[in-house]
Amino acid sequence: MNRFLAFLRKEFLHIFRDPRTLVILFGIPIAQLLLFGFVLTNEVRNVNIAIVDHSKDHLSIRLTDRILSSGFFKLAAIPSSESDYEGLFRSSKVKEIIVFEPNFADKLMKEGKAGIQVIADASEPNAAQLIVNYTTAIANNFMRDEFVKDQKQPGINIKVRMLFNENMRDAYNFIPGLIAVILMLVSAMMTAITITREKESGTMEILLASPLKPIQIILGKVVPYMILSIVNALVVLLLGYFVFSVPIIGSLALLLGEILLFIFLALSLGILISTFVNNQVTALAMSGFVLMLPSILLSGFIFPVKNMPVPLQIISNLIPPRWFIEINRTVMLKGGGLAEIWPNTLILLGMSAIFIIISIRKFKIRLQ
Amino acid sequence: MRILFYILQKEFTQIFRNRSMLPIIFVMPLVQMLILVFAATNELRQVDLAIVDYDHSYSSRDMVAGIVGNPFFKVQKLLANSQEAEELLMRNKIDLALVIPRHFDKDLNMNKSAEVQVLVDAINGNAAQLSLSYLSSVIGSFSQKVLINPIKPEFRQTKNIVIKPSYWFNPQLNYKYYMAPGILVVLITVVGMLLGGMNLVREKELGTIEQINVTPLKKWQFIAGKLLPFLVIGLFDLAFGLLVAKLAFNIPVRGSLVLLFSLASVYLVLVLSWGLFISTISDTQQQATFVSFFSLIVFIMMSGLFTPVESMPDWAQKIDFINPLFYFVKIMRSVLLKGSNFADIFNEFAALSAFAVSMFGLAIFRYRKTS
Repeated sequence: MNRFLAFLRKEFLHIFRDPRTLVILFGIPIAQLLLFGFVLTNEVRNVNIAIVDHSKDHLSIRLTDRILSSGFFKLAAIPSSESDYEGLFRSSKVKEIIVFEPNFADKLMKEGKAGIQVIADASEPNAAQLIVNYTTAIANNFMRDEFVKDQKQPGINIKVRMLFNENMRDAYNFIPGLIAVILMLVSAMMTAITITREKESGTMEILLASPLKPIQIILGKVVPYMILSIVNALVVLLLGYFVFSVPIIGSLALLLGEILLFIFLALSLGILISTFVNNQVTALAMSGFVLMLPSILLSGFIFPVKNMPVPLQIISNLIPPRWFIEINRTVMLKGGGLAEIWPNTLILLGMSAIFIIISIRKFKIRLQ
Repeated sequence: MRILFYILQKEFTQIFRNRSMLPIIFVMPLVQMLILVFAATNELRQVDLAIVDYDHSYSSRDMVAGIVGNPFFKVQKLLANSQEAEELLMRNKIDLALVIPRHFDKDLNMNKSAEVQVLVDAINGNAAQLSLSYLSSVIGSFSQKVLINPIKPEFRQTKNIVIKPSYWFNPQLNYKYYMAPGILVVLITVVGMLLGGMNLVREKELGTIEQINVTPLKKWQFIAGKLLPFLVIGLFDLAFGLLVAKLAFNIPVRGSLVLLFSLASVYLVLVLSWGLFISTISDTQQQATFVSFFSLIVFIMMSGLFTPVESMPDWAQKIDFINPLFYFVKIMRSVLLKGSNFADIFNEFAALSAFAVSMFGLAIFRYRKTS
């Protein structure tokens, strides 16, 4: 036991003596948290638009004011002719052009119908759709306030209840996913690299020749990263709770248990990778392409799995974070318990078992 | 000039001697273009929903039939009560639940006004809003169909603004047109940063850099020798990736390719110098990878690749002034999708050139022949 503790101490020293590694271990999680929390949002805000008013009557001017005071749009240009439109889009000066037809108010009062043309730069299709939807909503509200007053609308009214995330905050979506990505990075990638480093620099042979048992060597390599992973997961949970007010509705004990299970899985995946590769660069490339990219893009972290083509959906079933992210979202936001997430838990357990078994089989204690 | 030629020859020989190099050059663009572009989509393919019909009337069945017939909605279950619907939402089986209350038919026919309730799993706010708006439009057209029958005059909305939207440059709102140019930027950035950057630090780690340091080779010649081969590889990968994008997604190429590749060269010089600069301040490949990896993640996320830059907070937009990816993503999308010409993107070009020159200078400055 003493030997093992000494070995553990050596491993911790390895980690803490290199500030760059520490920056990676704690800098990336925090930077990602801030990026996703504050920077990555699809909300419509400050969109540059151009307005062409061919009638300049009281209604078109009032509607223009209404659009510009909504906070979503900023007037960036007033093109004088239709030939300017394309140039404005090409130089990315505006993303939308709103054109009022001539005699707007007259037509509206006499014919009961007047037209507005809304041209959007659809080279960003999602943004374009949202911008047009917002513009339409503003115009409709304007009409209701001007003309309909307190009349009851005919037709079917839809009463919407946004469950689990009433205000549709982005943080609710990404914090549960971010835990998975960060644990993948810290547990799997760093374990793979640190064991490979030992191999590459030849010190693995020295360790194997020492009285330490192979299992102790692996445990000694893994335990420091396990502790760091737990710390990281807690940091993300706490920051999520206090900075972005993402709740934990379900059982905290269950959530922590699932996090431990996932850390275990990620560590065994890291060990597995290290048994396959012999140098750090390959370990890095493997981690980058086999772990990080799929964990971020195929797991449903940013882009819902359901939107992907079927072959990619099948691949995504093989990616552990896909199941873990679902667990996190269910427990944290929906208040679900084991009754809802037992299939996911079983899948994660099964995957860990497979990784461990293959690693044990592939682990070589002798030189070639 | 002859010296530069020899050093280039050395670099090319070294690059292609490494057998894992060719797969990286050819496979990476393919994998990135095909997997990333398909995976990175916010386009909804299908909405899973459950319907709770308390009314069981002619109208409610008619409306449900309209939803079932819509290929976009996959009706998972017709449920007896809304508790079951909430349970299904909890178990991630459905995205939406539509609840039709009792007297729906009566309200609709008597008062011309009825109410339905929609429960939405709003964890992904974006997807929730989109699927809700699709359901609303299906319900809206059903209600129009029903109400076309004579309406009492006092309910007829007499004045209407007709909004005619037109989507320029991408009328079908194809999300792949948006993602593919951005992924191409990521592609050549990764090639430049990782391959180019790693190269110099590898010589450091192996110790061969000292052998070069004792030769009469000038600093700029050495850096240029490290830079040019990867510039060629980067441009080649861009062409290859563009070809894949054209064949796989048929993305439009509206602007001039000459302009695009000239700007790409400027951008690559910048990225490569940046990678080399990281190399000059690192001792091992591991450190260099970590630093590049870290700066790449931050710059990619902030570049506007996934979400619009103007939605970001002001401090983030200020940081984007020094983010090369921000400029190049914009250039790539503008030239390919909108056919922008040189004058349209002159500001971006000027910024990239200024950065490229200063980064190249910095890399030369930081590279010391003596320690």
